Amino acid sequence: MRFNLYALCLMLIGPITHAGVDIQHWQTSQGSRVYFVPTPSLPMVDIRVTFDAGSARDGDQFGLAAMTSAMLDTGAGEWDADQIAGRLESVGAAFDAGVSEDTGWLSLRSLTEKPLLEKALSTFQTLLTQPRFSEADFQREQSRMLAALKHREESPGALAQIAFGKALYHDHPYAHPEEGMVETVAGFTTDDLKQFHRRYYVAANAIVVIVGDMQKDQAQRIAEQLMSGLPVGEKPTELPPVEMPAKAGMQHIEFPSSQTHVLSGLPGVERKDPDYFTLYVGNYILGGGSLVSRLFDEVREKRGLAYSASSQFVPLFRKGPFVMSLQTRNDQTAQAIAVMDQTLKDFIENGPSAAELEAAKKNITGGFALRTDNNSKLTEYVTMIGFYQQPLDYLDTFPAKVEAVTLEQIKDAFQRRIRPEWLQTVTVGNSAGATKTH
Amino acid sequence: MKLEWLTPGMTALMLLSPLSTAEAQSGTVYEHTLENGLKILVREDHRAPVVVSQVWYKVGSSYEPGGITGISHMLEHMMFKGTKDYPAGEFSRIVAENGGQENAFTGADYTAYFQTLEKSRLEISFKLEADRMRNLDLKAEELEKELQVVTEERRMRTDDKPRAKTHEQFAAVAFTNSPYQNPVIGWPSDIARYKIEDLQAWYQKWYAPNNATLVVVGDVQADDVIGLATRHFGGLKPSEIQPAKPQDEIPQVGPRKLTVKAPAQLPYVMMGYKVPVLKTARPEWEAYALEVLAGILDGGNSARLSSRLIRGKQLAVSANADYDMTSRLQDLFLLEGTPADGKSVFDLEYALKDEVAQLQNDLVTPDELQRVKAQVAANDVFQKDSNFYQAMQLGLLETVGLGWQKADEYVQKINQVTAEQVRAVARKYLIEDSLTVAYLDPQPINETAKPNKTAGGRHAF
Repeated sequence: MRFNLYALCLMLIGPITHAGVDIQHWQTSQGSRVYFVPTPSLPMVDIRVTFDAGSARDGDQFGLAAMTSAMLDTGAGEWDADQIAGRLESVGAAFDAGVSEDTGWLSLRSLTEKPLLEKALSTFQTLLTQPRFSEADFQREQSRMLAALKHREESPGALAQIAFGKALYHDHPYAHPEEGMVETVAGFTTDDLKQFHRRYYVAANAIVVIVGDMQKDQAQRIAEQLMSGLPVGEKPTELPPVEMPAKAGMQHIEFPSSQTHVLSGLPGVERKDPDYFTLYVGNYILGGGSLVSRLFDEVREKRGLAYSASSQFVPLFRKGPFVMSLQTRNDQTAQAIAVMDQTLKDFIENGPSAAELEAAKKNITGGFALRTDNNSKLTEYVTMIGFYQQPLDYLDTFPAKVEAVTLEQIKDAFQRRIRPEWLQTVTVGNSAGATKTH
Repeated sequence: MKLEWLTPGMTALMLLSPLSTAEAQSGTVYEHTLENGLKILVREDHRAPVVVSQVWYKVGSSYEPGGITGISHMLEHMMFKGTKDYPAGEFSRIVAENGGQENAFTGADYTAYFQTLEKSRLEISFKLEADRMRNLDLKAEELEKELQVVTEERRMRTDDKPRAKTHEQFAAVAFTNSPYQNPVIGWPSDIARYKIEDLQAWYQKWYAPNNATLVVVGDVQADDVIGLATRHFGGLKPSEIQPAKPQDEIPQVGPRKLTVKAPAQLPYVMMGYKVPVLKTARPEWEAYALEVLAGILDGGNSARLSSRLIRGKQLAVSANADYDMTSRLQDLFLLEGTPADGKSVFDLEYALKDEVAQLQNDLVTPDELQRVKAQVAANDVFQKDSNFYQAMQLGLLETVGLGWQKADEYVQKINQVTAEQVRAVARKYLIEDSLTVAYLDPQPINETAKPNKTAGGRHAF
């Protein structure tokens, strides 16, 4: 059943939570951290192994982490890609792998019926520990990756993302897109991938998350089994801090599209940032609350300038982006940007109203249960908690932290952190009308 | 950003397999119809203290006459513009303050609205949805702004996306008189000219309790839900609903081909064969056999398109099959893909046709059949992880006229499909005379600032 959906607006699933999730935690004999949540209601399990092996570890080989990840199921141990896929799919299991800026991960979803799970697990373990990176597989996957990178250039939104990353982060490891660039990916060799894997896919650099229908002892055995095939290795050094921009920037890229895509922002917050909760609550009011935020109201509801207009903090190990975004007909770009700027300026100067703050708190705390109401969401959340070493009661304490945020704190945090004189703005579209004055 | 074809999807199956009756207490669907015709479906799922509530209207783009295509989608937008009791913005504000998530979607055969809430807040959803089912306050000035929003939406979804544009033109050529020839979002000149009276008439005609299904899935008691729904929706007046005219697609009598030129980096091909769907298949097993056939071609990384065309022959960087057995009207069996570097769309088209020919000549292997069935059985469990998806299954099946009970039969019917049946449907339906093929002919991106520039000559079509 394919669903051709025309949603009113993109669903923006914020970061988040729900009280009362019992996260059990221990370490394997090799020192990998394990996080386990028993969910006995459906006979299935989600297992996710996450490494500090994201695109920020690419060095100058942009896309190396992503390419390494994409190769994991194309040949491992005794099996080629067909055999791997056949083994997993014959038991209905689903394998996935991918990267973010900070992480490289592998995941398995399987039924828990014993013979099915055993076959799925032994296959998963082989992908995790013995990928082949054969030359023939590499040639094919590299050419698919290069095609995907070319395809990306058809999208004004994607081009805007790339330019925005560069504008915010310059030479920092967060500056380049996760999938890399045609120039860098074209230069990889299988040795590069093998080295990357050897360096980062090690037990000391791994966390294991297990969410599903099993007891702790079984989860322990699984985690131990998975990690035992990996060398212990060591954790990589921490990423360098992000330098804030010295001045505002404005960049336009010409593109033959009927809309101009606009991104504007600056380096925002770290996961452990003391301002995070304050900025998160504030941003809900500014542009995070999908159908009710100020940006949505000013840009879309009052003026009909765009289909979507929003803002977001992406908390990472280092300062992830704060970004406001919209897309609008080429010839009204300047107007849309002016509205966006004015909305931000008002918010920074005056902060939210008491009623807005009250509404934001009601939404965030009242909707807590929705954030972890199934195994998929739980797996995502627990991975975040584990990888960024948040307290195990993170989900339980989140509502109280949100409740404690005050009007003054929001105003103060936005005034300190979101300086219009540091804003980097990127426009991609087909027009000379896309100019901006801050 | 996820690059779209790095993980070949299981389009056909992942989204398809619904729910089995084998599930004990939390699997049961409770059905109740109010006196005014509103059908209520409730499935209890007590895993988390949340509930999803969806209102499905039996109307979508395939109900629309020429001149006002896309009006169902436009009305979906206007449904957030307020009633007398809850003026513009109030609906979303109230849902947000209650910690809810909400949205709506329109398809060819349905328009649906939903809220996901902590379980104690279900009444808020009912109160607001019941109010806007009959009391929408349509205003011309709101329409004017929202027209611009929808126009931007169209630009974003279709006009600036070469493949989406190709899909749109493909459907317009593949169908002659079926309403599936029109895009759900509507043609631009129709979007530009909706009048408030058009919207008012569309709303009056279709938004009524006897043209709607209320689906609730979550940590609730069915009796309570039905009681609550009766209280809020029970007083709404039904309408006289004239079912849509059939508009049966005339038989296609020869292959059709088209080329779409758009600024793009990569060529792309899509092919579609006219096939029956669950509602039209006689005998019914033909639809299930087509479903299995889609799984043989594209049910994961071990399926034929991935293993043979992407990896084996390395003809494609992406290749997919798609079949939607739950359409209301006859639909298309789709094959699509992007050729590998050095290969053309024609190479890929021939390779895809060769795959079809093999399905017509040879029986699929027992291993392949077993694999598709294992995936269906596993996905049947996996999909229960999402209340939203469960509700969507029930609402969709009910709204297209199949009845939600079809969900319960799905796994069993798939299990009954034989290799001979797969070959039979391949022979009967995947034939040249009912085929439409669209090619995306990429135009240079950097130079198209000059609008009159013609083909870059990279591909001779």
